Amino acid sequence: MDLTLKIWRQVDAKDKGKMVDYKVTEISGSMSFLEMMDVLNEQLVNAGDEPVAFDHDCREGICGMCSMYINGEAHGPDRGVTTCQLHMRMFKDGDTITIEPWRAAAFPVIKDLVVNRSAFDRIQHAGGYISVNTSGNTQDANATLISKKAADTAMDAATCIGCGACVATCKNSSAMLFVGAKVSQYALLPQGQVEAADRVRNMVAQMDLEGFGNCTNTGACEVECPKGISLDNIARMNRELMKASI
Amino acid sequence: MALDSKVPKGPIQDKWTEYKNHINLVNPANKRNIDVIVVGTGLAGGSASATLAELGYNVKSFAYQDSPRRAHSIAAQGGINAAKNYQGDGDSTYRLFYDTVKGGDYRSREANVYRLAEVSANIIDQCVAQGVPFARDYGGLLDNRSFGGVLVSRTFYAKGQTGQQLLLGAYSAMNRQIARGKIEMFNRHEMLDVVIVDGKARGIIARNLVTGEIERHSAHAVVIASGGYGNVYFLSTNAMGSNVTAGWKVHKKGAYFANPCYTQIHPTCIPRSGDYQSKLTLMSESLRNDGRIWVPKHMEDVLAIREGSKKPTELTEEQRDYYLERRYPAFGNLVPRDVASRAAKERSDAGYGVNATGEAVYLDFAASFERYGKEQAKIHNIQNPSEAKIKELGQAIVKAKYGNLFQMYEKIVDQNPYETPMMIYPAVHYTMGGLWVDYNLMTTVPGCYAIGEANFSDHGANRLGASALMQGLADGYFVLPYTIGDYLADDIRTGTISTESPEFEAAEKEVTERIEFLIQNKGIHSVDYYHKKLGKIMWDKCGMSRNTEGLKTAIEEISALRKDFWQNVNVPGTATEYNEQLAKAGRVADFLELGELFAKDALVREESAGGHFREEHQTEDGEAKRIKEFQFVSAWEYKGEPKDAVLHKEQLEYENIEVKERSYK
Amino acid sequence: MLDDLFRRIFVVTILTSYTMSGFFKSSIGRKVAMALSAFFLMFFLLQHLSINILSVLSPETFNEVSHFMGTNPLVQFVLQPILIFAVVFHFVMGFVLELRNSRARKVAYAKNNGAANSSWMSRNMIWSGMTILAFIGLHFVDFWFPEMNTKFIQQDWSGTMEGVEGLRYHHELVEKFVNPVRVGAYAFAFVLLGLHLAHGFTSAFQSMGGTAGRKKILQTIGKAYSILIPLGFITIAVYHYFNH
Repeated sequence: MDLTLKIWRQVDAKDKGKMVDYKVTEISGSMSFLEMMDVLNEQLVNAGDEPVAFDHDCREGICGMCSMYINGEAHGPDRGVTTCQLHMRMFKDGDTITIEPWRAAAFPVIKDLVVNRSAFDRIQHAGGYISVNTSGNTQDANATLISKKAADTAMDAATCIGCGACVATCKNSSAMLFVGAKVSQYALLPQGQVEAADRVRNMVAQMDLEGFGNCTNTGACEVECPKGISLDNIARMNRELMKASI
Repeated sequence: MALDSKVPKGPIQDKWTEYKNHINLVNPANKRNIDVIVVGTGLAGGSASATLAELGYNVKSFAYQDSPRRAHSIAAQGGINAAKNYQGDGDSTYRLFYDTVKGGDYRSREANVYRLAEVSANIIDQCVAQGVPFARDYGGLLDNRSFGGVLVSRTFYAKGQTGQQLLLGAYSAMNRQIARGKIEMFNRHEMLDVVIVDGKARGIIARNLVTGEIERHSAHAVVIASGGYGNVYFLSTNAMGSNVTAGWKVHKKGAYFANPCYTQIHPTCIPRSGDYQSKLTLMSESLRNDGRIWVPKHMEDVLAIREGSKKPTELTEEQRDYYLERRYPAFGNLVPRDVASRAAKERSDAGYGVNATGEAVYLDFAASFERYGKEQAKIHNIQNPSEAKIKELGQAIVKAKYGNLFQMYEKIVDQNPYETPMMIYPAVHYTMGGLWVDYNLMTTVPGCYAIGEANFSDHGANRLGASALMQGLADGYFVLPYTIGDYLADDIRTGTISTESPEFEAAEKEVTERIEFLIQNKGIHSVDYYHKKLGKIMWDKCGMSRNTEGLKTAIEEISALRKDFWQNVNVPGTATEYNEQLAKAGRVADFLELGELFAKDALVREESAGGHFREEHQTEDGEAKRIKEFQFVSAWEYKGEPKDAVLHKEQLEYENIEVKERSYK
Repeated sequence: MLDDLFRRIFVVTILTSYTMSGFFKSSIGRKVAMALSAFFLMFFLLQHLSINILSVLSPETFNEVSHFMGTNPLVQFVLQPILIFAVVFHFVMGFVLELRNSRARKVAYAKNNGAANSSWMSRNMIWSGMTILAFIGLHFVDFWFPEMNTKFIQQDWSGTMEGVEGLRYHHELVEKFVNPVRVGAYAFAFVLLGLHLAHGFTSAFQSMGGTAGRKKILQTIGKAYSILIPLGFITIAVYHYFNH
């Protein structure tokens, strides 16, 4: 298929940036979206132009590196996939595809479609861990029983890949699904109880400091999340913060 | 330099304990004055960074990705082995040690493997304490699955995302130390050289991938934890950015590179669909438990299927060639990874590949649907079930077992594997070779360590399933933190290492000049053009099966390709900006050197062992034939061009295991 | 004894308000505050509708209840100020959050397909809210200002008026629904209120952390509430329009 691409080009963080049109031809439906971008870039390099910068790494939907806003949706029109797992068969010959970087004040653009998601790391630094030394002198792994339900629900929260689609999708650029998932993972496990109050307070404080918006419960994040992280995690975080504050 | 593995004396089960009891320690107050650089933040690098920082060292961690959490350990699916014996099925440290050495086809170092098995149980304790949500049973205890054909259930898992959960555990431990200021994290930074001062590794030159700035970082020791080099094949299950550069630079500065030709090729990956393909996706090999592998018997059917005029389901049993069952009646579809992979290649090479690229075979679940369906019909007491009913019942069972894999397959291939057989093809996914290290995990460059997939040590010629995660975390959490202390104890009075020395100057100059060259070259071919060409040579001649002639040709071809690269590569943009093409050019340049050494190593190793299969050395059944004289580690010393590399041998002694033929009958 | 109790309540109040003030400064605290005011307003709506229904069923009872509400000191001097505070707070906070949230994305998407992942209601609370605000303005002009005038400036607490037999409330209500334009505006505003509630009801529970495990039932109740409340008000208006 032949496609028209409208892609955000921005030289660096200071540049104003603009949308630029490109054409690609003979795109196969079994290509992944990033492979289509590879074709475009090969074309640009061979023509002596600058290729489009975009983040990507594992290309199997788990590293959380890829991040494109495609036709108005984070990771494009398919559900439960990252951009690297989005296949071109979702599009038709002659389509125009608009490709933009994640847009959020807390995710400044580095170049073209590459954004800086360090804010996520800083939120994790604020409390996304259990304070246990890695000396190996911990109790036996089976010493504390954990119900299957708690372990499974914690696992569901922990599958977050930190891609930032929730922020990109949210009309308020809120990071609550991301933070809620981490808070929930530990809140659901006995190991996480000791620091629970401090953790949620510190992580939420850092989240606010980073300039993410507030959650208005539109639920868009849950729909666009490639890992299907549930909104329940946000509710749980709200509860945890109330518990921590009273 | 003669190789000294520094394995402690004494009985194997006491070596590690004795060793720990007698090493030099660094006083906590002195640790504050010692800096350690860790390159890579996967399971090995992440866990090492966290632990070293916790001990009190000042750690500087480097990742080329935008966050430590993105390292490719995250993609490991199946699980992590540990000799916990929770299932009471007879597992023990010795048994895990034995399985690992045997699985590695008797080409790994006994003492290292024993230590790995010994600390494995502790990893699980540690990870649970960190909040890793391992799967549990209804009683609240940890669940295990069996894996990779061993006789016990020792694999711990977190859904199909064990690597992700373990990595996030290590990442969380790092975050705690980053918050304390004990780890300084350098994201989007790539190590481009190691700096050696007075014979010791004292720092690195790194490039800030956002600004292009070249930076000098000093430390008292440098730890390489940059993973494997599977991307030398261009197509692999590795991440796009996975590269050998850090390890290769260290190699060029004096570290020996061991067993580069040991590569693991995984049989159940989703086939390539075209030349644009950038990456291969692996599906758990457990699928082979219930799937039958076949290609059409007759060429006309192959052609009809390729052009779409025939469906695979239309072929009768007589028209199908279940080649694994035909060639290996005893093991059938459950032959080991390497045998299954080679057999698929053999059929495809003969022209029987079933997709457009000619590189795919069928993995068919129809027989399982029927078998499970009939079983279910009996269980549910359904009299004379229709064929459709049987299929439906059987599919439900298969779905419960492999539902997520079937779904993933459908997303990628756009075919429903419940209705038509899956297509699979082998793909490169792990490299057992790497930097040579001694018992302390130190390379032949003093003060330079290599851990995880970046070193060669524990898996011999073939790695068992669920052992990569175990090794990465064992090295990082429990081994390196001890062994590095022994070395650093001598550095307590050294003080901060200056980055103004002539050595740093020279290293930086070299890096800058190389980058300038690449940018200025303005050739005619893109970086990917060379990477793809290299990948094709590697896959065709250094892939699943290798022979003398092919390897010799490969060496010549790679050497010529490298020359071509340096003349004609085209890197757009500048050196002082975010420039992915430039970063990639540097990595491919290193792959072009490694590839040749790889072929040379494969040529020298006149035997078959594990992932290294020489067509000249096989049994009548087509199995790998080991040769006693090659019971050594090939450690290559850099001498300029790869063709000039000098081979050093570390003889492998087996005192606690009897070396036997691997047999699958 | 009693003295000690008061002191303890005092200390606890000070301490909680201190820690809680930190809480209400956080993003989550703010949305909890939105939810709390929303709960109060939703309860108020239910109560208001219940009374208004009486205007259809029994004008006498309606008059009596209205008189009670309009003259009871607890309602007038405690509940009414709380209500006004809740209304004002909900609106002010709504605007503040909207403003802050818009600042969290400085460059807008060239193409955004919001409909793909969220409801129109959830994305446009500020617009439905502003419509409701405008309606409250009208409502104040229609009822609340005249009431305040009668009671506090004219000092007339009798509940009667010239030319009307018995209490005046029912008469005043019916009078307002003579004008079809007003009835139309009234209906329009309540449709928007319905849309506001369609998202707001479950959203308030979610903000309070209460939906986990009870999502389905809350959604059903929310749907019923957001349809029945506006429908009730509109039906009453239309009824009076046709029956005056």
